Amino acid sequence: MRTKTWLVGWALAMAGLILAPGCGPGSKSKSYIIGGIFSITGPQSYLGEPERNSMEMVAEEINAKGGLNGHPLKLVIYDDEGDVTKARLDAEKLLQKDQALAIIGPSLTPTSMTVLEITQKAKVPLISCAAAASITSPAQERAWVFKTAQTDQMAVSRIYQYCQKQGIARVAILTMSTGFGVAGKEQLLSQAAKYGIEVLAQEVFGEKDTDMSPQLTKIRGTAAQAVICWGTGPAPALVAKNLKQLGLTLPLIQSHGAASKKFIELAGEGGEGVIMPAGKLAIYQQLPDSDPQKAVCKEYAEKYRARFKAPESSFGGYAYDAQRMLDQALEKAGRDQAKIREALEGTKNFAGVSGVFNMSPEDHNGLAAAAFVMVKIEKGEFTLID
Amino acid sequence: MNFARSWNRWVLFALVALAIAAGLDNEYYFTLLNFIGIHTLLVVGLNLLLGYAGQISLGHAAFFGLGAYTSGILTATCGVNPWLALLAGLVLSGSAAFLIGVPALKLRGYYLAMATLGFGIIVSIILNEAQPLTGGPSGLPGIPPLTLAGFPLNTARRLYPLIWLAVGVILALSANLVDSRTGRALRALHDSEAAAASLGVDTARLKLKIFIWSALCASLAGSLYAHSLNFIAPASFGFMFSIKLVAMVVLGGMASIWGSLLGAGVLTLLPEVLTVFHDFEVVIFGAILMVVMIFLPRGLVRGLLDLREFRRYKRKESYIP
Amino acid sequence: MPILAPLLQYFISGLTNGAIYALIALGFGIIFNTTTIINFAQGEFVMLGAMCAISIYHLAPSLPLAFLGGVIIVSLVGLAFERLALRPVGEASPLTLIIITVGAGVFLKGVAMLLWGKESYTLPPFSGEAPLHLGPATILPQNLWVLGLMLALVLALEAFFRLTLTGKAMRACAYNPRAARLVGIAASRMVQLSFALSALLGAGAGILIAPLTLGVYDMGTMLGLKGFAAAIIGGLGSLLGGVLGGLLLGLAESFTSGLISSGYRDAVAFLLLLVVLFLRPRGLLGGRQ
Repeated sequence: MRTKTWLVGWALAMAGLILAPGCGPGSKSKSYIIGGIFSITGPQSYLGEPERNSMEMVAEEINAKGGLNGHPLKLVIYDDEGDVTKARLDAEKLLQKDQALAIIGPSLTPTSMTVLEITQKAKVPLISCAAAASITSPAQERAWVFKTAQTDQMAVSRIYQYCQKQGIARVAILTMSTGFGVAGKEQLLSQAAKYGIEVLAQEVFGEKDTDMSPQLTKIRGTAAQAVICWGTGPAPALVAKNLKQLGLTLPLIQSHGAASKKFIELAGEGGEGVIMPAGKLAIYQQLPDSDPQKAVCKEYAEKYRARFKAPESSFGGYAYDAQRMLDQALEKAGRDQAKIREALEGTKNFAGVSGVFNMSPEDHNGLAAAAFVMVKIEKGEFTLID
Repeated sequence: MNFARSWNRWVLFALVALAIAAGLDNEYYFTLLNFIGIHTLLVVGLNLLLGYAGQISLGHAAFFGLGAYTSGILTATCGVNPWLALLAGLVLSGSAAFLIGVPALKLRGYYLAMATLGFGIIVSIILNEAQPLTGGPSGLPGIPPLTLAGFPLNTARRLYPLIWLAVGVILALSANLVDSRTGRALRALHDSEAAAASLGVDTARLKLKIFIWSALCASLAGSLYAHSLNFIAPASFGFMFSIKLVAMVVLGGMASIWGSLLGAGVLTLLPEVLTVFHDFEVVIFGAILMVVMIFLPRGLVRGLLDLREFRRYKRKESYIP
Repeated sequence: MPILAPLLQYFISGLTNGAIYALIALGFGIIFNTTTIINFAQGEFVMLGAMCAISIYHLAPSLPLAFLGGVIIVSLVGLAFERLALRPVGEASPLTLIIITVGAGVFLKGVAMLLWGKESYTLPPFSGEAPLHLGPATILPQNLWVLGLMLALVLALEAFFRLTLTGKAMRACAYNPRAARLVGIAASRMVQLSFALSALLGAGAGILIAPLTLGVYDMGTMLGLKGFAAAIIGGLGSLLGGVLGGLLLGLAESFTSGLISSGYRDAVAFLLLLVVLFLRPRGLLGGRQ
């Protein structure tokens, strides 16, 4: 008897809980509803937090000016916690419950891969902030997916170009066991021959690892002329430290995942002399005034610092660019999602923080290797070297 | 308390499930309900293990992962029929559970906890590192949907009846498994091995059965999960998820079949409802584990009902002159 | 000799990491010796020690002050944990206790995330960063601090538990709490002491390793689990065993990473755990179940 009432009670409670998180889309009369999915908590929060902040910053500015053509922007941002299941649920929520016109994010490759499956089916534009080239290619299968983050492919090209110029022909790679690291490793291996580079050692490390001296010791035993490290978060900084501590004098080249002030702070002395490709945001003060990105980077950096009292990051820049590009498309196309997609595809010469975007039907990333500059850490600051 | 044999409860369960299905028209809600169902499958096995066998598995996400990846790899990479792949996953998980359970359950104390802890972490590392096989940290895409006589179950709405049918069946079978003299004896005695042994009950064998059963349920959940998302990534099968499962069991109440449903339901919905408070999610899970075990060890519902009974008793007592 | 050089470095790295695991294993051992509870929140004591010290250092750049402050605060947390989370359940089943300590660990991690965010923080090393050279291999001064503390602690603790009255009283509580009370040992006091000591130790370990590994809210999880594995491998009842287990673990990880594969490094600890559980459950030096 008690169990029966309990069961009925449970069913009602569940129904209530499910339906409670907002019944229906509500009045969306004038606003444009834009969805956001970022890894705001979880191990990759250094990606998601600045991304969410940047998106909100842009929307606030637009709304302060009265919206786009009179339509205010309403952002609905969810946290996927870096988890594939949550990302999928968040995407479903945005599409079904919140009726988002377009979605910006997610921050990571695996979460992007699961979200794009349903945004493509639902024919809703998605602008991802993740690195892997496979998010927007093959282009025929990604008609509704765009991305603003530079691809690992470009970063690797830039690095290998630099190596060629410096006469480095034999390298050892040390990559992180995450989506970002593995994608980078694939690129490093597949592009090596093209630039006449020989990869003598392939070591890996985990996201939360704190001591990479065994891997570096192994690398020391090879004839490598440089070490290329591919990862994000604190671990690559520890690699830099370990390298110095072991007394290795090999040049260390990092990925663009290390192009942040945090890396310099964590690596300390180990950061001196480290080279990496970076978006122009890292060194915008050193750009000539004629560079179209200088103004954008300066504006973004100053506004972000003032608003959030925290240093700007190129990760936040991905979302910043995405939101601004989307705003441009919304102004042209209004609510029609197919038109929004077309407008996004037609973005040309869009000067963003991450690069100058030139989208096309074959290229939904719109960036070239020139979006990266090579920088070196000297006296605790990024210096432009190429 | 004869769950399996009394039809009313199962009919009611089916009716409620159907009513919910008829009343909703939103893919999102179906996706959510499907996840609740999948989590329930995971939780019920673990619940029996905790409540009846008095053992804890701190690595249950591994069996979930084994089921998901067996299904995923066999169907996406090798083109095997999804139902056969599901079976293969069950065999793999069951065997693993047998291999771990036999030595671990022979010893007294928390050896199964430690062994499952180790096993869980090893499996999650292998899933992440064996890239050619599992796709590595970026995940395994392109998992085909399950098909029922040629009809593809490729939307949440279509998967809903299958998943909840599985839940119903598993709940019934689980009730059956423990509704025997041995089962009831085990429940009463799992704290005292000596007493159980003195009753001449072969508790070790039943404990192993329950452990294997819990692994099979987890594997089934994993396969269903793989076919609903069509994409799996190793990060979903780590240590923190194993802990979340324990929290679901604890909340619903140990040794309670229906409690599994409650625990799974509430803790799956919680992050969805908590939208602004995501930062608090970790704290809340930890708090649930501690608070419920300290104050309401029989789970949320039973604990609150017990509290009400206790208060009533106290009030009655005060009338005694 | 070129072949030996990397091996020596693996050995040194293995020892230095092993010492970290050993320190954490000691924490597990102390609580187990007094209460037969496995405190799955031990890793979080390590993390809290590191984070508190980092915060104190940011306010007042004095390493000794940060160390002292961190250690004291976490000891209090340990006491609070025992009082609020474990005392109320009295003599509950091991299952209940496991779940409570696991829950406490998760809870502390969550609190740390709220207090310190998800960022990593640095702490300056105690005596400089200049690596010392031992032939072709290098070791950091900070590593020597960790090794030194480990040695000092294991000797001190062994002496404490075997020779002093309080230490023997604490061990008596684990063997038979009722008998211990009958002979006048305040069992609850002993339990409190064990938690305070364990937390203190964990915090100290955390503060020592923070300059090497950076302090972050979730550093405690893997460290705790590996320290636990080390304790089991060495034998839960024996403090020396815990240290041995830790060192063995560190060496195994280092050599596996260098000679076999760096990807499966983390799996080594748990593989060894399973091997020990199935072949010799009481661990290398463990006497009692």
